[in-house]
Amino acid sequence: MLHLILFSVFGLVCVAGAVNLLLQRHPINSALSLVVVMGALAVEYLLLGAEFVAAVQVIVYAGAIMVLFVFVIMLLNAGEEEHTHGSRVAWLLGLPGMLAVTVLICWGLIQDQTSSVRIGELPGHPADIAQLLFHQFLLPFEVTSILVLIAIMGAVVLAARPESVRETKREH
Amino acid sequence: MVPLSYYLVLSGILFACGVTGFLIKRNIITIFMSIELMLNGVNLSFVAFAAHWQQLSGQVFVFFVMVVAAAEAAVGLAIIIAVFRTRETLNIDQVNLLKL
Repeated sequence: MLHLILFSVFGLVCVAGAVNLLLQRHPINSALSLVVVMGALAVEYLLLGAEFVAAVQVIVYAGAIMVLFVFVIMLLNAGEEEHTHGSRVAWLLGLPGMLAVTVLICWGLIQDQTSSVRIGELPGHPADIAQLLFHQFLLPFEVTSILVLIAIMGAVVLAARPESVRETKREH
Repeated sequence: MVPLSYYLVLSGILFACGVTGFLIKRNIITIFMSIELMLNGVNLSFVAFAAHWQQLSGQVFVFFVMVVAAAEAAVGLAIIIAVFRTRETLNIDQVNLLKL
């Protein structure tokens, strides 16, 4: 019962944050609601017993990635987004279509009530995850380190101001 | 005891919010945040299935998804900075030409 209450409360916080992300016009408000979503999701992971994933969620997602987002929003001085009206066909067909598919998927999922998850049932101890990560998944783990290295170099190359642009800027 | 389907519905709602934001938002940074929201929705269903099947590899995959998301955020935000430098706008409607 407690599990269900906690799940519902933090699930609602999660959905409220996600909807707020869509409704806010200013990107910094959207970024802050995304932090709320990630924090609430970390609690959901804890409820499932995934301690390691919850910790990494807070550190990597709510910490590192969101700091990067907020930093870029402030660096580029992003203002409120301009209002544009989408095509009428998108509203007339898209909205009912989206609602129909949502109801269909939710109905299909809720049909199956037999399987359920108990609070903290998964043995998600960090030591067990490390065992798995450094034995069975050692090769993918090493490949991700190369991926991160390439990402760092790519970010530096892309964000560095190219020489030609600097020249034209000086001429103005 | 929470049915597995509740977690899947929550993850589906988050994913749907991400898709909606990706389609209706005009600011390139907000569109990027919607992608992160979609990744989070998928992560929740990974962990829920890991708990359901008692398989820890689900959590290891969440770890990999997070690594890829971090790399993607770094490269994507660098691209956004480059786009802003050349076009001086963040409105995706005005970024419609490959050539400057």
